[in-house]
Amino acid sequence: METDLNSQDRKDLDKFIKFFALKTVQVIVQARLGEKICTRSSSSPTGSDWFNLAIKDIPEVTHEAKKALAGQLPAVGRSMCVEISLKTSEGDSMELEIWCLEMNEKCDKEIKVSYTVYNRLSLLLKSLLAITRVTPAYRLSRKQGHEYVILYRIYFGEVQLNGLGEGFQTVRVGTVGTPVGTITLSCAYRINLAFMSTRQFERTPPIMGIIIDHFVDRPYPSSSPMHPCNYRAAGEDTGVTYPSVEDSQEVCTTSFSTSPPSQPAALGPGPADLAYPVVFAAGLKATHPHQLMVPGKEGGVPLAPNQPAHGAQADQERLATYTPSDGARCAATPSSSEDTETVSNSSEGRASPHDVLETVFVRKVGAFVNKPINQVTLTSLDIPFAMFAPKNLELEDADPMVNPPDSPETESPLQGSLHSDGSSGGSSGNTHDDFVMIDFKPAFSKDDILPMDLGTFYREFQNPPQLSSLSIDIGAQSMAEDLDSLPEKLAVHEKNVREFDAFVETLQ
Amino acid sequence: MNCRSEAMLAVLHTVLLHRSTGKFHYKKEGTYSIGTVGTQDVDCDFIDFTYVRVSSEELDRALRKVVGEFKDALRNSGGDGLGQMSLEFYQKKKSRWPFSDECIPWEVWTVKVHVVALATEQERQICREKVGEKLCEKIINIVEVMNRHEYLPKMPTQSEVDNVFDTGLRDVQPYLYKISFQITDALGTSVTTTMRRLIKDTLAL
Repeated sequence: METDLNSQDRKDLDKFIKFFALKTVQVIVQARLGEKICTRSSSSPTGSDWFNLAIKDIPEVTHEAKKALAGQLPAVGRSMCVEISLKTSEGDSMELEIWCLEMNEKCDKEIKVSYTVYNRLSLLLKSLLAITRVTPAYRLSRKQGHEYVILYRIYFGEVQLNGLGEGFQTVRVGTVGTPVGTITLSCAYRINLAFMSTRQFERTPPIMGIIIDHFVDRPYPSSSPMHPCNYRAAGEDTGVTYPSVEDSQEVCTTSFSTSPPSQPAALGPGPADLAYPVVFAAGLKATHPHQLMVPGKEGGVPLAPNQPAHGAQADQERLATYTPSDGARCAATPSSSEDTETVSNSSEGRASPHDVLETVFVRKVGAFVNKPINQVTLTSLDIPFAMFAPKNLELEDADPMVNPPDSPETESPLQGSLHSDGSSGGSSGNTHDDFVMIDFKPAFSKDDILPMDLGTFYREFQNPPQLSSLSIDIGAQSMAEDLDSLPEKLAVHEKNVREFDAFVETLQ
Repeated sequence: MNCRSEAMLAVLHTVLLHRSTGKFHYKKEGTYSIGTVGTQDVDCDFIDFTYVRVSSEELDRALRKVVGEFKDALRNSGGDGLGQMSLEFYQKKKSRWPFSDECIPWEVWTVKVHVVALATEQERQICREKVGEKLCEKIINIVEVMNRHEYLPKMPTQSEVDNVFDTGLRDVQPYLYKISFQITDALGTSVTTTMRRLIKDTLAL
């Protein structure tokens, strides 16, 4: 009965249940976005992190949740449900799971609202975080993109499990007893998902009267529209802007009392020191571009502090301003092997190398094969070995790297050993008959994005020009001179024998 | 890091997620406020599994260290063997001199590991999926136990907080815990001496 609960406790309890419902929806939808979620711990308490957990508030999701709740709270017979479904690029859809936040009549009169119920709701949210990664839909949502997307729908009222097909399983996330009833959070999920990975969502006709209930239109005329599990920055294509979450200006203002436990908790906001935002990018969607979330003013920051009536201990600390520049990507942003490409990735990176080179390089096919290559231009000669880079080539023969200059017909053994096989003697076109053409692809390099990649570099510079000192005529000349000058040198050395001996002795 | 270690970390982190709070900040008149706990998803490399852990590098490092020691101990024991790791939450009770403080456990989680040698890549792949499924069940079990709300130490006063919580971490505050492990070889006998490693020194304060 509610008579045992004083009005302040009742108010607090209603607030806790409301925000618990909103946070539950956030956790579930964010877990189905297809990205890893990462939020930062903050040792200083903030005024806006309900249940002492850093759970981001996506405004659109909160808006939908509030719309579904329509000012009501989960109660007996009135459950808040989040339906997760899958929709293929062909338009077929299938329900995957239903998350239910229910209330039953079993009351716990003894429990302390501001303290025990609050902490247990926090624990339940942590459990929800863990369980949302464990149901089969999680792995599906991580792979969404080309072939299918994951959608969510929030509704309030009776739980509808018909769309999950036969043999669905349920998992209970947890319960929290309160003076007005017991809150239960559970999930019912479809189990026969195995076919999806193999069948690739082919539509098959019913077999011998067995109803295939996977691909159905929405059976509930009154159902609310489905929403994709992605996030659009406010003010994007739809032109709809969602108000900041805390438009009701409810501040999570909870501090606790320890002495003694039976005393009511005093309330007051802590210093506002927000963690940086969760950065995620929705997976590729058929219809919705992905966006990066860098909101200007994010939910969770109250517009104005709202001190509760008995918040005698309120420390009037400043509100945090949310700094989107803190949106440094944490490790959770796409580095996994999933097919996630974000706006950020395509706009970042590859900055300076592109600025230097014009991208007109055409790679040669084959390590030791010459094919006529198109003209290449260089906008800047700041690249290393610029003088060796091919410029305005029309004929292969003019390439100094391909044809070492002035090679005589007779090769000295010295010269032969210093030349690479591909460039010995005259035109390397003569040598390629002896070699198998191999398309040279060095490991871990892509050669169609950066012009001067490893493969191109290697191919261009594998035939360096011959060192002048090693060319035979110069070599021959100096050899002859050396031979002639030998007797003179010997005479000089003989004269200075004593000096040399003294020098040697100093070394010993 | 391997399949075993990742599974162990997933379990330990899931338990500690539930048994960690934000940092307490005591104020006048016996009130305190609590910091915020961040969370992050961790994809396993050797298992088809993702788990959630508390965003605390210090805590992660501490757990990885002990899991690494456990892995080495398992490896050194050779061949097939049984390993068991215990995560124990305890409270300290101050005693008068000359007696040292008592550590009274109030919750103990035990994870048993059975080492299986996998010969082929196919076996490894099957194991990867199977271990992933098993882990899902384990996480559900953990959550179920957590939500029984059986016992939690009372919230301490400022002078008592170090008897209940580990206040040494910078960003989060888990309940006082220690991790120990034991290896038995295939014959069921303890390998040389039982290896007990304490993460948290009871005399840290």
